Amino acid sequence: MATVNRPLSPHLQIYKPQLTSILSITHRGTGIFLSIGALFLSCWLLSVANGPESYQALQIHIKSWYGQVLLYAWLFSLFYHLCNGIRHLFWDIGAGLEIRTTYFSGYAVVVVSVLLTLGTLCLAGGAA
Amino acid sequence: MAQFTLPKNSKVKQGKTFSVPAGAKNKKVFRVYRWEPDNGENPRLDIYEVDLEKCGPMVLDALNHIKNDIDTTLTFRRSCREGICGSCAMNIGGTNTLACTKAISDFKGDISIYPLPHMPVVKDLVPDLTHFYAQYASIKPWMQTQTPPPPDRERLQSKEDRAKIDGLYECILCACCSTGCPSYWWNSDRYLGPAILLQAYRWIIDSRDENTGERLDELEDPFRLYRCHTIMNCTNTCPKGLNPAKAIAEIKKLLVSRTM
Repeated sequence: MATVNRPLSPHLQIYKPQLTSILSITHRGTGIFLSIGALFLSCWLLSVANGPESYQALQIHIKSWYGQVLLYAWLFSLFYHLCNGIRHLFWDIGAGLEIRTTYFSGYAVVVVSVLLTLGTLCLAGGAA
Repeated sequence: MAQFTLPKNSKVKQGKTFSVPAGAKNKKVFRVYRWEPDNGENPRLDIYEVDLEKCGPMVLDALNHIKNDIDTTLTFRRSCREGICGSCAMNIGGTNTLACTKAISDFKGDISIYPLPHMPVVKDLVPDLTHFYAQYASIKPWMQTQTPPPPDRERLQSKEDRAKIDGLYECILCACCSTGCPSYWWNSDRYLGPAILLQAYRWIIDSRDENTGERLDELEDPFRLYRCHTIMNCTNTCPKGLNPAKAIAEIKKLLVSRTM
């Protein structure tokens, strides 16, 4: 029987997103975004090491609106990745894998990482 | 490698509409994935208007009604109609479940029905499960022993040991969990998927089985086991209320603890 031409049934296109799967892909997305952030952080440090002129040149971008948006996106990513990483550690010891607890811990991770981001925002605002 | 879009021959086109006769009081719309192997055309989505007064309460009742009274060409698997055979596993309203145990009244609005996701389609709602079954065979799903059985009786098990396979032996291999798992979508060639791993754990944890070490050796592989990233779609979708994600976590724990 010829099976070569069989179509592939729809998957991503039709599967209903769930909190757990959305948080999982967000974990991966923030991970990738943070590795780009690590590169940027080393550029920042290089600019400091290179003297005031190069630091100033980069500061212009950092203080611009897009620089600020990126910084707070990195900040949220860091807190999210951290909190969800702790959630993963619990899963690794076999804890909290029931549907009810995964949803509870999922919402908790989102709330806590938003609060931590806002908290840092307030602290930074107070310091400036 | 992950491919997020459908291949050209798999894109779903708009299909035919089968309207319900005028005067039907309780109308429900079913959008059903169709594919004919014989005419070389792409899959399509047919729209069936169903008078709910004329069929039973479950999605499978609606499908049977469509096949018997509206369009006899619709093809799907079904057998026990009580959630024990796993034949009518399909994607209903966005998640995988058994058509026979899913009530029509659980859905507001139209109901979309697709075959189990990311599988080769044989016809309409019938996916090709050959690879899934081959993966099941690969974990040797039978009792393996080294010692001879006791001469006067069968191999016994304490109540506590028997309780360890509760939540595992109930799996009916309907493939809802595996075909709902994005990791399985992208890596089903090498990743065993939640259903098969739950079955593997069922034999690993059975006190009467004496090949636990070999079973764990077989699973200690970056792809066969460790493609599980705890996305939880498996446990969310299991029509039997089982927890494959937990079973996989237990296997990972056993692999770590045997090295310590």
